[in-house]
Amino acid sequence: MMDAVAIPPFDTFYDAHAEEVLRFLRRRVGRDRADDAFQETFLRALRAYGRLAHAEHLRAWVFTIAARVVIDTYRRAGEPTAELPELPHEDGRPAYEELGELTEGLPPKERAAVVLRYGYDLTYDEIAAALDSSPDAARQAASSGVRRLRKEART
Amino acid sequence: MTVPAELDRRFREAAVRSGMLDAGYDVVDSPVGSLLVAATGRGLLRISFDPAPDHHLELLARLAGPRVLRAPRLVDAVRRELDEYFEGRRHDFDLGIDLRGVTPFSARVLAELARVPFGETATYAELAARSGNPKAARAVGTIMNRNPIPIVLPCHRIIGANGSLVGYGGGLDRKETLLRLEGVLL
Repeated sequence: MMDAVAIPPFDTFYDAHAEEVLRFLRRRVGRDRADDAFQETFLRALRAYGRLAHAEHLRAWVFTIAARVVIDTYRRAGEPTAELPELPHEDGRPAYEELGELTEGLPPKERAAVVLRYGYDLTYDEIAAALDSSPDAARQAASSGVRRLRKEART
Repeated sequence: MTVPAELDRRFREAAVRSGMLDAGYDVVDSPVGSLLVAATGRGLLRISFDPAPDHHLELLARLAGPRVLRAPRLVDAVRRELDEYFEGRRHDFDLGIDLRGVTPFSARVLAELARVPFGETATYAELAARSGNPKAARAVGTIMNRNPIPIVLPCHRIIGANGSLVGYGGGLDRKETLLRLEGVLL
């Protein structure tokens, strides 16, 4: 039987990721708005933290929250999310929501890579940081995820 | 780059205000050394003479839940009352106590312990008797040694039948300092 990774105390999680999340937010929304986005990201993480079932991919998880906060920041300001092109969808749902469902059957790492790349438009460097791997591995995970989706779509 | 102190402080305060923390802690300076102090919505959960957070985080999370954060604001009241105590301006603490993870007998002993007043002492056997089990002096000794909230739950006021200090979870020096502060020792 495999033991689930124990969920670390929030303090440990925050210490491990605060700095790189702030760096990511500054790049995405600019220094002026990064502070509010930072607080928002970790408050959302805190809210969901008690419901986490396991501690795998916490880094990818917090980057997903941060990316969502970036989108909300632009939306609230009524600005087009120039850096985050939103893919048009028939039912008007944002890409990351739809991708979340579509990719449900993928292995976790491929799923995270596909959602972060195509749902949130993160660069492979950023995805690598989120997944604690290299940009090459991130690119590979995303493309093998996409291949797997295509194969599933055909069958 | 590290997270700027002001931004970090703002987040921790917002986390306290949100009411979502299972427990908050901070390191508090005192005349008996730095103390790690942890509290929950129910009250004071831990005081430790070992101030290294890493030694406590897992236990705090196990007791209260995973949302444990260093949050000075959450232990402000504890810090203030401890300061007043060490300055000799406070004899009783008005703090809620969270005895999660403590066995029922220990809880009864600690409740009796809390009634031993400032500047007075009791023996291990006396405390055992007051807790309803006169023969449990040795068990009471163990409970004092593992007291999760020393100083506020005054295990330093419990001494041997012959008047010797016997022992203290935080070391006998600290027990002496506290008893001197309370005028029990000269």
